[in-house]
Amino acid sequence: MNQGPAYAIAFFACAGLAVLGAVWVAVLPNIVRSAFALLATFVGVAGLYVLLAADLIAVVQVMVYVGGILVLMLFAVMLTARIDAVNVSNRSLGAAAAVAIVLPAVALLVLAVLGASLPERAPAAAEPTTAVIGAALLGPYVLPFEAVSLLLLAALLGAVTLSRGWGTLSRTPVIVRVPGGAGAPAPDPVADEGAPDPEDPAADEGAPDPEAPAAGEEARS
Amino acid sequence: MIITLAHFLVVGAVLFGLGLFTVLTRRNAVAVLMGVELILNAGMLNLVAFGRLGSGDVGGQVFALFGIVLAAAEAVVALAIVLQLYRAVRSVDTTDATELRE
Repeated sequence: MNQGPAYAIAFFACAGLAVLGAVWVAVLPNIVRSAFALLATFVGVAGLYVLLAADLIAVVQVMVYVGGILVLMLFAVMLTARIDAVNVSNRSLGAAAAVAIVLPAVALLVLAVLGASLPERAPAAAEPTTAVIGAALLGPYVLPFEAVSLLLLAALLGAVTLSRGWGTLSRTPVIVRVPGGAGAPAPDPVADEGAPDPEDPAADEGAPDPEAPAAGEEARS
Repeated sequence: MIITLAHFLVVGAVLFGLGLFTVLTRRNAVAVLMGVELILNAGMLNLVAFGRLGSGDVGGQVFALFGIVLAAAEAVVALAIVLQLYRAVRSVDTTDATELRE
């Protein structure tokens, strides 16, 4: 691949945008500004993906991260933090201690990168990767593909369950009783399982716990 | 100047370090989550860079795609937990969630 100087300029622009945004995320005291700095990082990394001829990954990065995760985080910030408070995001570990941990780690990584004999393989010409990735997803990677779809379903259900609040799901068989409808009793799982006797009205009246609907309402409020 | 694989890996290492710094220093749970996203981005940048300039096949990009899906699922569940934490203790400060300690 013949790299022109434009490639290097674009690389340093995208990498600078990503790293600068990450620095802002790390040091800006206001959480909303951190969220918008994260936007710069995501866009910069998407540009790096474009420079790596990964067009589909770049588009997915912009769509999922910027359009999904970042908006979700902004929602979370708006719903939780008192944004105008001064010490919304103050520091727990001291910055010096964090630097003492982070700096050796990054130095070790950079030294490992610079010291390793990396495969310097001249990349092929950039071509669209969407069809290749689609064929790979349904070919050799079909098992992780299905596992990821299961994971997404689990995450969806988990998020819905968590967001509904505690205690509402533990009372799922909430017994709905029609007021005045003595002839149509509510279906009670205990009564159905025990003795299905349609001719005994006392079993319909006595078996359902009268406190169950009240407790359900109380837990929901 | 020729941009090689090492350039991308160094950018990934710096992004990882800044994400780790964010996770270590922030007390806001959403900000900690932002640091985790930075770390995941650094990892996926490394995957794509190795796939393009190292092995040459599409496997790195497929793995990065799975990583993006994992990050999205993680963010959704974590933000639901953060909202519940806020509902429980009226704060998203990670040092306020001490009920399990006592």
